[in-house]
Amino acid sequence: MFHFKVITGWIDALLRTFLNDGWTLTVEFVLIGIVLLTVYAVIALMLIWAERKICAFFQCRLGPTRVGPFGLLQSVADMIKILLKEIIRLNKADRRLFRLASFLVIIASLCTFGAIPFDKGLHAIDFNIGVFYLLAVSSLGVVGILLAGWSSNSKYTMIGAMRSGAQLISYELSCGLSLMTVVILSGTMQLSQIVEQQATGWFIFKGGIPALIAFVVYLIAGHAETNRGPFDLPEAESELTAGYHTEYSGIQFGFFYLAEYLNMFIIAAIASTMFLGGWMPLHISGWDRFNQVMDYIPPVVWFFGKTAFCVFMALWVRWSFPRLRIDQLLKLEWKILMPISFANIVLMAIWVLLFN
Amino acid sequence: MITLEKFQTLLPFVTATVKGEVISLEVPAEKLLEAATALKNKGYDYLRDIVGIDYGNTFGVMLSISHPFLSDEIVVLKATTANRENPVFPSVISLWKSADLYEREVHDFFGISFSGNPDMRRIFLRQDWNGYPLRKEYDTTPELNPIPTENEDLDALENLPKINVNANSKFEIQHSIFEKEEYVVNFGPQHPATHGVLHLRVALEGEIIKKIDPNFGYIHRGIEKISETYTYPQILHLTDRLDYLSGAINRHGLCLAVEKGLELEVPQRAHYIRTIIDELTRIASHILGWGCMCMDMGAITAFVYGMRDREKIMDIFEETCGGRLMANYSTIGGVMSDIHPNFQRKVKEFIPYMRKMLKEHHLLFTGNPIARGRMDGVGHLSREHAISLGATGPVGRASGWRNDIRKIEPYAAYSKTEFTEMQRSEGMTFDRYIIRLDEIEESLKIVEQLIDNIPGGNYCAKAKAIIKLPEGDYFQRVENARGEFCVFITSRGDKYPYRIHFRSPSMTLVNVLKAITPGTKIADLIMLGGSLDYVIPCIDR
Repeated sequence: MFHFKVITGWIDALLRTFLNDGWTLTVEFVLIGIVLLTVYAVIALMLIWAERKICAFFQCRLGPTRVGPFGLLQSVADMIKILLKEIIRLNKADRRLFRLASFLVIIASLCTFGAIPFDKGLHAIDFNIGVFYLLAVSSLGVVGILLAGWSSNSKYTMIGAMRSGAQLISYELSCGLSLMTVVILSGTMQLSQIVEQQATGWFIFKGGIPALIAFVVYLIAGHAETNRGPFDLPEAESELTAGYHTEYSGIQFGFFYLAEYLNMFIIAAIASTMFLGGWMPLHISGWDRFNQVMDYIPPVVWFFGKTAFCVFMALWVRWSFPRLRIDQLLKLEWKILMPISFANIVLMAIWVLLFN
Repeated sequence: MITLEKFQTLLPFVTATVKGEVISLEVPAEKLLEAATALKNKGYDYLRDIVGIDYGNTFGVMLSISHPFLSDEIVVLKATTANRENPVFPSVISLWKSADLYEREVHDFFGISFSGNPDMRRIFLRQDWNGYPLRKEYDTTPELNPIPTENEDLDALENLPKINVNANSKFEIQHSIFEKEEYVVNFGPQHPATHGVLHLRVALEGEIIKKIDPNFGYIHRGIEKISETYTYPQILHLTDRLDYLSGAINRHGLCLAVEKGLELEVPQRAHYIRTIIDELTRIASHILGWGCMCMDMGAITAFVYGMRDREKIMDIFEETCGGRLMANYSTIGGVMSDIHPNFQRKVKEFIPYMRKMLKEHHLLFTGNPIARGRMDGVGHLSREHAISLGATGPVGRASGWRNDIRKIEPYAAYSKTEFTEMQRSEGMTFDRYIIRLDEIEESLKIVEQLIDNIPGGNYCAKAKAIIKLPEGDYFQRVENARGEFCVFITSRGDKYPYRIHFRSPSMTLVNVLKAITPGTKIADLIMLGGSLDYVIPCIDR
C-alpha cells in the first residue's frame, strides 16, 4: 500500500536537515495551513459542481455544460464572480458582529476539516481525544449562524437563526451519541487508532446491528447538522427567502456557502472514518486475492470514494424529499432519534461484552 | 313565471325581470340588506360577486347570489343611489364572508362606502391615491397621481378608516389592524413563495401565525378601466393576462359572453377545439399548481417534473395557437385559426404520457411520509365556510361543494362528454392537493373523448367587422383552473363596453388563506398558499 506518510515523512526529514526543531515546526505549520486552505477550497468547488450535476441528473436536466469540459470550470467562474461582487453595507446592522459571523462559521468548519485523517501521514492533528475535538469544534458553527441572524437586524434572518439554533443543538446530541457507540466499540477516541482498528473489518460490519443503527442515526443527524433539505429550515427558501444569511452579499455570503458544502463533506468524511473504515481498503477475511487487489487501490482513493458515497446519499435525500416543519423536526430528534441513540449505546455495550 | 312570483312574494318591494338564467331584482338602496337577508335565509349562501357601476347620474351595485347547490339560477340584486358626493350602501358582510374583499374593491374603484363593513381601506390602489378610477368623471391627468418615489407608508396601510356617513371628512382613523407590540413580518411583495406579487403582512408569535393581512395591487393594471376604451376583440387579449395560467379559459368566457349578446351561432368544430384547448390549459395549470405546492414544501425536484410535463402542452399550443403561455386562440365566433396538422397526433401522444407521469408524481410525492406529515391535520376548510367565502373550483370541491360550472351549466362541448366532477369531503390540505391530480385524470378523459371526434366545417363563424353589443347586461361564467370565472358586461349599444367586470376566483382564495392560517406555523402558511393555488394577476386585474 502506498501511504502519504512517505511523502510527508520525507518533507519532514528534509526540513530537519536544514533547520532546527522550532523552525521545522513553524515551516510545517505554514505548509499545512496553506495545503489545508487550498484543499478546502478545491473540495468545495468540486462539491458545488458535483451537486449541480447530480441535482440536474435527478431533475432531468443537464446542469452546467458550457464552461470547461462537462462544465467543470463553472464553479471556478462562479468563485471569481463572487470574489468580485460588492459587499453591501447594511445601515442598521451591528457591523462588527455581522462581519465576525461569517468568519466564525468558516473557522469552525476549517478546524474540523483539519482533524480528518485522509491517509496515514496525511492527518494534521491527531489528538487522543479526536472524536471530542470534532464534536466540539463543529458545533462552534452554530454561534456564527446565531450571530449572523441576530446582527443582520432583519426579521427573516432572526427566525432563521432561532430555527438553526434549536435544530443544531438538538441534532448535536444524536450525532454525539452515535459517535459514542463507535467509541465504545473501539475503546479509543484517537481517530488514527480508530482507523487502524478497522484494518480487520470496518466497524459497520464489526459492530453488527448497533453499529448499523448508529450509522443510520448519524447520517440523519449529520445531514440535519449541515442545514440541508429536508432539514433546511434555517434557510428554507420558500419560507424565509434565505434564512440567516439573507442579508449577506459577496464573499461574506460565499463563506456561508463554502462552509455549507464543506460541512456536508466533513459529515460524510466523519461517517466514513468512524463507520466505513476511513482510508482502510475493504478486506474480507479469507479472500486473500481479493484483499491484495483492494490493497493496490491507494488509501486516499478509498477515503474519498467512501466520502463521495456518503455525500451522494445526502444529495439524493436532499433532492427527493420535501422539508419538515419545525415541530416535526424537533419531534424527530427528541422523541425518536435520541431515545434510539441512548438505547443503542446500551445495546452496543452489551454487544461489546458478548462478542469482543 | 313561477320563479319570478317566488321572489315577488318573498320580497314585495322589488321589481323582478328574468333573462336567461339570470333573475334581476331591483331593490331600493335602503332595502338592500333586507332583501339580501331574506335571500340568505332562503338558502342563498353563495355570494358570487359584487359589481359596482357608474350609470352617469347614479351609482349602482349588483350582488350576484346563488343557491350553492342549485346554482344554475343566478339572482342579481341591483340597487342604485343618486348621491354622487357620498354614496353609501348597506354592507352584507354579516351575511357572506366573501363580501369583505368585494366591497373593498367597489369602494376602491367607485368611492362607494358600505356602512357596516369595518374595513374600508383601498384594496388595489395606494391609500394616498386621488380619485376613484372607475367613475366616469375620473380625471386621468398624471399630475394628480404622479408615479410615487417613496414606499407606501405601512402604518397608513394598516389603519382602518372610520366611515362617517354624514360628515365630509370621511377618513378618520379608527384603529390599526395590528397592535403596536406585535411581531409583524412582510411576506412579499417580493418573496419566493407568493406566486406573484402578493403582499402578506403576518403577525407572528414565534413560529405561530396570529393574524394575516393581505395587500393586493402590486400588479394592478386597471384592465377593467382600459377595457372601457377598447373594442371587444381588443379586450379579448387582456383576458389572457388575468389568470395567465388559465388564459385560454378566461378568453373563452368573454367570447361566450359576447357571442351570447350577438346571438352568434358558433360552429361545432370551434366548440370542440375550444373545449380541448381549455382542458389542456387546465391540465397545464394543475400540474404547475402541483409543482408549486411541492416546491413550497421544499421539494424542488417535483416542481421541475411539473414544469417538464407542462412543457409538452406548451409545445402543442405553440404549434396550434402560436403562443405558449398566452395562447390568444379563441375569438368571437370561433377560434383564430384551424388546428395544426400535428395537433391530434401530439395530443394523443400526450394522454398516455401524462397518465404515466401522474403515477410517477404519486410515487414521488403523494406517498412521501414527510409530505403526508406536513399536510395532515392542517388547513381545514369546512363546506359551509367554503361556500360563505365563495371558494369555488378545486378548493371548494375538496371541501365537498359541487360547484363545477362544466356540470352545472355545460358550455361549449362539455355536454357531449362524460366525466365525473371530482369531489372530496374532508376539506383538508391533502384533499386540495390530491383533487388537482384527480382532475388532471378527468381532463385527460375529456380530451380523449373529443380529440378523435372533432367535426369538420368552419372553425370560425363570420362576425361583423365592428362588433356592437345590443344594450343590456350580459353575464357568462366558465370554470377556469381555479374556480368560477365570470364576465359581467353592461353595454349601451356601443362597440365598447360601458362597464366590464371579471370575477376573479383567486381573490376569494386569499380570503380563505386569511381564514384558515391563524394558529398554524410559518411553513404551513406557505404550504396552504400553495394548496389554494391563487394567481395574483387574476386578483389584481
